[in-house]
Amino acid sequence: MWSLQNIADKVHDWLYLTFNPTLAMLFEFVIIGALAIGLFAMLGLILIYMERKVSAWMQLRLGPNRVGPKGIFQTMADTLKLIVKEGMTPDGADKLLFHIAPFLVMIVAMVVLAPLMFAKGFQIWDINIGVFFITAVSSISVIGVLMAGWASNNKYSLLGAMRSGAQIVSYELSAGLSILAVIVLTGSLKLSDIIASQENGWWIFKGHLPVWIAFVIFIIAVTAETNRAPFDLAEAESELTAGFHTEYSGMKFALFFLAEYVNIFVVCALGATLFLGGWMPLHFGTNTQFNKVMDYIPSVVWFFGKTFFLIFVIMWFRWTFPRLRIDQLLHLEWKYLLPISMINLLLATLIAIMNWHF
Amino acid sequence: MTEEVVITDQDDLIINVGPQHPSTHGVLHLVITLNGETVKKVEPHLGYIHRSIEKMCESLTYRQFIYTTSRMDYLSSHINNHCCAMCVEKGLQVEVPPRAQVIRVLMDELTRLASHQLWWGALAMDVGALTPFFLAFREREMINDIMEETCGTRLTMNYMVPGGVMADIHPNFQRRVHEFLAHFKRKIDEYDELITDNIIFQNRTKGIGFISKEDAISYGMSGPSARGSGVQCDIRKLYPYEVYDKLQFKEIIESGGDCFARYMVRMKEMKQSMSIVEQLIDNIPEGDFQAKTKNVLKLPKGEFYSRVETARGELGVYIISEGGTTPYRIKFRSPGYSNLSALDHMTRGQKIGDMVAIMGTLDLVIPDIDR
Amino acid sequence: MTREELKIKITELFPTAGFEEGGDTSAAGWLNVQIEATAWLPLAEQLKQKPEFHFDYLFCVTGVDWKTHLSMVYHLTSTIHRHTIVIKSKLDRNNPEIESVAHIWRTAEFNEREAYEMFGIKFLHHPDLRLLILPEGWEGKNPMRKDFEDPVNMIRL
Repeated sequence: MWSLQNIADKVHDWLYLTFNPTLAMLFEFVIIGALAIGLFAMLGLILIYMERKVSAWMQLRLGPNRVGPKGIFQTMADTLKLIVKEGMTPDGADKLLFHIAPFLVMIVAMVVLAPLMFAKGFQIWDINIGVFFITAVSSISVIGVLMAGWASNNKYSLLGAMRSGAQIVSYELSAGLSILAVIVLTGSLKLSDIIASQENGWWIFKGHLPVWIAFVIFIIAVTAETNRAPFDLAEAESELTAGFHTEYSGMKFALFFLAEYVNIFVVCALGATLFLGGWMPLHFGTNTQFNKVMDYIPSVVWFFGKTFFLIFVIMWFRWTFPRLRIDQLLHLEWKYLLPISMINLLLATLIAIMNWHF
Repeated sequence: MTEEVVITDQDDLIINVGPQHPSTHGVLHLVITLNGETVKKVEPHLGYIHRSIEKMCESLTYRQFIYTTSRMDYLSSHINNHCCAMCVEKGLQVEVPPRAQVIRVLMDELTRLASHQLWWGALAMDVGALTPFFLAFREREMINDIMEETCGTRLTMNYMVPGGVMADIHPNFQRRVHEFLAHFKRKIDEYDELITDNIIFQNRTKGIGFISKEDAISYGMSGPSARGSGVQCDIRKLYPYEVYDKLQFKEIIESGGDCFARYMVRMKEMKQSMSIVEQLIDNIPEGDFQAKTKNVLKLPKGEFYSRVETARGELGVYIISEGGTTPYRIKFRSPGYSNLSALDHMTRGQKIGDMVAIMGTLDLVIPDIDR
Repeated sequence: MTREELKIKITELFPTAGFEEGGDTSAAGWLNVQIEATAWLPLAEQLKQKPEFHFDYLFCVTGVDWKTHLSMVYHLTSTIHRHTIVIKSKLDRNNPEIESVAHIWRTAEFNEREAYEMFGIKFLHHPDLRLLILPEGWEGKNPMRKDFEDPVNMIRL
């Protein structure tokens, strides 16, 4: 059957047969790099288009509909506009940090793509601490946000960056704890192991209450972590005009924008992997007829379907809810989500030890 | 009694909100002293779109000056025109025909509905929900279409003239108003589902921006903003004009004094306005739409004051006439100006995000303040 | 209180106060009181504090330029008794000064600032008498006075 794994294997074999191992590995690096950058750009284009269409659908509008059929080239036109736009640097800005910040945020967003499993056997780097790697690296992006806010020499930016710092640091905790709830059930941080453990059913179906709670907390926490409404206090356009990227223009602004969407993709892909089985088709039990039918759908479709469903949910939040206030945001985390997820982790551990899950 | 001005120490962060800022709905400039996220002082700087309408009016005739007032509170332009027309009619001692009176009230209430709809959308946008803005505009569009048919314009109507209204209503008017009412009755519940009952919205508005009844009176607040603090100040009830004394409607008073109370006043007022329109739409008396007036209006020497309830509060027009064709001095007592003066009192000690919500529930329209 | 009762009460307290007749505002039942600038502050305090007056709502504050003199007009109403009164005070055109009432009715603070920049009326003991609407550099220009001429944007009356 056609699958991305076959293609990857064929390319790999061909490279190692034709060239010597060092050169072949170098070529593989180049291909992977090009694919990662390509994916990054594609995700930006697709997700921005999707956001505009989803918001338009919820807001009785048509959304972009002029450039290309149904406006699919609108984001490309916008990107082109942003590329040719002059990048302004405010007077009194810390030049070095100001220029580094968007690249830092972007690089972090790209690096966390590495351990994601896009399809069966299709992964850049199957590291044995995959989930840990994603949570650890993705929290570096707050430094980029703080740098941008500080270096802009703008009070709105500074306020936005400080909010964002407080927000990401606190929501990291409950996001991490809710991920741990699944980790204790699977017993591995490796993404391929986690997906393999869901062969007889996704964790959301066989994990009972603790996984459901963890899933809800995870969705709330990652919405906050990616600075999306209703937790978009770092940007809060009605309060802080544009928050930490107030002073950015041109392509540097676009990098922040793209990084935001790629971050959403990463956290949703992680959520899909942990709770909804990643590329694993919908299975119930082992070796049933139903599972065989489901296997006919390619794994890449499963992965992207689940991920985009979660992205849609997060977009749905954004266009429905009002924004929280900064103190309410921190109350929600420290008084509710964190204690709940701690107790939930204990519950999950209990279930894992007693083997109560399916 | 006036609060002490905070002496700014070095730790304070002073930010300029506006004149171009998404939440000030216009060109209001606020200098905010912050302590971290907490607001210590708000100081408005006005005048970015001050056109000195009062001075301009001194050189315009009594027919002409009404047109400038549409540009004051552009969301209740009918009501502004109405107030000026009433003031001139007082001076001329002209009786307005009953048909014109009913049309005027109908237009006023439709304007009030449109204004409150826009306010609802803008407030939701201030607290971070973007979708309600579009829902509000869907309904407001219907009112604008009705206005366009009858008055010829959508925003600055200039429909009320001394002696009545400028033209008779469009033949479609009644049918389209009925359509609008049927549509909006369904949609106003959607408004409640989407925003009023939302837990985040309630947390953002309950207990925020409190102003007591005494302070609200002292600051000269009026309209829904003051009624949220329990002040009885609906001019339509206290000093009825046109046909308001014959209508069945309630003056909405909430005692909370916070943002949510002000929000609820406006939400309930929309229902009251709908009921007023319903009572009148099928009972427009036949007759003239305009009383006979001279071509050149001359007011006798003296002073004339008329007040109406706009969507934002009490609008007063004070004309001092020397007997000529132009007013000697004209003063517009605008509701927004007084409501804005209470902003500093209400925002002290609140968070910067609350300030935006408070400004949203005060429903400031900057041209009304700057005149 | 009716108009006549108010008139009697105010005459008792301030014998120097004059009363105006005619015009529309008096026909509507509003008492027009003419008072000297020096007597305004004590009168204002009485009007606010005395329970039978209880004028707590200052809804309109404006200055008028009569070419020979300026005058301040205050519209007051009571939210309990619902009676309305109009106080007018003549001011010298060259040196217009009147006591501020911002500590009695807080709305006066902003309205007095407007009258200050538009007419150049000085409000004594005002907490924060600065330009509010006009930009910097317009101190003392008083655009609402009848003899004001702006060389850039000419409006001739």
